[in-house]
Amino acid sequence: MIKFSEERLKKVHEVIARYPEGKQKSALIPLLHMAQEDFGGWLDVPVMDYVAELLQIKPIEVYEVATFYTMFNMKPVGKYVLEVCQTGPCMLRGSDDIIDYIKEKLNINAGETTADGLFTLKPAECLGACGYAPMMQLGKHFREHLTREKVDALIDELRAAAKN
Amino acid sequence: MGVKLLLENDHIEGIRYYETYRKNGGYRAAEKALKMTPDEIVEEVKKSGLRGRGGAGFPTGMKWSFLAKPEGVPRHLVCNADESEPGTFKDRYLMEFHPHILIEGLLISSFALGSNATYIYIRGEYAWIPDILEQAIQEAKNNGWLGKNIQGTGFDCEIYVQRGGGAYICGEETALIESLEGKRGNPRMKPPFPAIQGLWMRPTVVNNVETLAAVVPIINIGGEEYAKIGVGRSTGTKLLSVCGNVKKPGVYEIDMTISVEEFIYSEEYCGGMANGKKLKACIPGGSSVPIVPANLLLKTAKGETRMMNYESLSDGGFATGTMMGSGGFIVLDEDQCVVRHTMTLARFYTHESCGQCSPCREGTGWMYKVLKNIEYGKGKMSDIDLLWDIQRRIEGNTICPLGDAAAWPVAAAIRHFRDEFEWHIKNPEESQRRNFGLAHYADPIHVPAGA
Repeated sequence: MIKFSEERLKKVHEVIARYPEGKQKSALIPLLHMAQEDFGGWLDVPVMDYVAELLQIKPIEVYEVATFYTMFNMKPVGKYVLEVCQTGPCMLRGSDDIIDYIKEKLNINAGETTADGLFTLKPAECLGACGYAPMMQLGKHFREHLTREKVDALIDELRAAAKN
Repeated sequence: MGVKLLLENDHIEGIRYYETYRKNGGYRAAEKALKMTPDEIVEEVKKSGLRGRGGAGFPTGMKWSFLAKPEGVPRHLVCNADESEPGTFKDRYLMEFHPHILIEGLLISSFALGSNATYIYIRGEYAWIPDILEQAIQEAKNNGWLGKNIQGTGFDCEIYVQRGGGAYICGEETALIESLEGKRGNPRMKPPFPAIQGLWMRPTVVNNVETLAAVVPIINIGGEEYAKIGVGRSTGTKLLSVCGNVKKPGVYEIDMTISVEEFIYSEEYCGGMANGKKLKACIPGGSSVPIVPANLLLKTAKGETRMMNYESLSDGGFATGTMMGSGGFIVLDEDQCVVRHTMTLARFYTHESCGQCSPCREGTGWMYKVLKNIEYGKGKMSDIDLLWDIQRRIEGNTICPLGDAAAWPVAAAIRHFRDEFEWHIKNPEESQRRNFGLAHYADPIHVPAGA
């Protein structure tokens, strides 16, 4: 059954309390982030329905929002999502080469997940790290000044982390 | 050295934390402001000539004075930290390393506007920054700068941080408000403006991070003193985020009295071009503003030195000038291809169009397809005029400025680099092998030593 932990539910109510009475729908995007983190990295329909129930809004109000925002995954993704920026400023510093290298190294195309379920490559539009390009977002943090060597080291690091 | 107001204490270790910030003059502006009346604060901001630092450059004091104050209706201040314009990462720097200057600015501004619940809407991708801001908010609260009856004034204020979901459009203030209400980021029709009916239909002011941080030095030194820094209507200091092919990309604070040439080539700022290359072109204010070739960047069409301020950068209009915009300074060297760069921007705007207005929804995708054809050697000569035609039909025909923002980069690229587009079309094979454009636009003055 889909349910936040007690601790998370406390946080949910804390977030809802930030908004005036009756405006609890404002907590939708923060709750979707929490749900995506806690329920497998993507938003399946039952997960969205659960969020709707928590906020006492209609499920459609959740679906229309979840599908609008890029950060919400509408289908399963790998354990690690490599979101490599490909917009102008990163392109000037070689992001095309980084994306091609990851495709070749992991043998996947953009938007695909490796067979072992570890990595998804998701080319992204400007993430706000233009001065430290090329870069990618990995979970909560940015990895900046990427080179092929750094990509090698990162993938090794993540493979090792996944084993533990 | 130019005047620094926001990053004055950049070198001090631990400035991120309350104790250090306070010891170095932090919250002195708040002390002063809480003894003033809200109207006096608004007056100081008006006198300062501060213009919105998010990109539009609208006078902040004037925006504040539009705020409706009906009896019994709560008002809100919303901080726009959705910074998503390609090339722009200055607000991130401020929030990551100087969170207290923003919190102090928010407190003063909330007091001036009468906002008891103030929201920071931050782009979702800056996922680690809410923790930093929330820690700063907690520290401020522990020291009596937020919460109930702040410093005995009877004024209550809470600041909340909300992450977005990854949508460029939510930097537009009415889309931001929609998103904050838990909806899709579709911009609203105006009027009514947010100052009358904004968040939950209550009077609302939405200001950029840097704008709100600038309120702190304005209160500290006074609006008139602030207005003396800079030139003409470009008062105070501006943060610029530099990226692309320079030696030292990063965030810099300038006082708007220096030239573009000095900004790019001096050691104090960008340190010149990287790898001994020549400067070819620049987008000085974030991806939406017109790209200009080196000659028009360093000098205006009249032959005057181009300065780093609102007026000088826009001298010559769109024909030969550009804009200060958000301060996202993107530099292209002689090896860069304007066609490819423009294509990536067109892809960006296609991805980010909310889909509400057909000229933008259809037009951005169409421009991307045409540009992709040209870039990959499948273009026709008539495509250039087609692109020109599409961008003209988007500009001015949409609810929000995203349409204009998508049209301008394409228009400027064709206006100044038409022969590079033609070269791609005439040389479909060579353009694939040698994936960069023509170099004859490059700055002939600053030829690197040994070149």
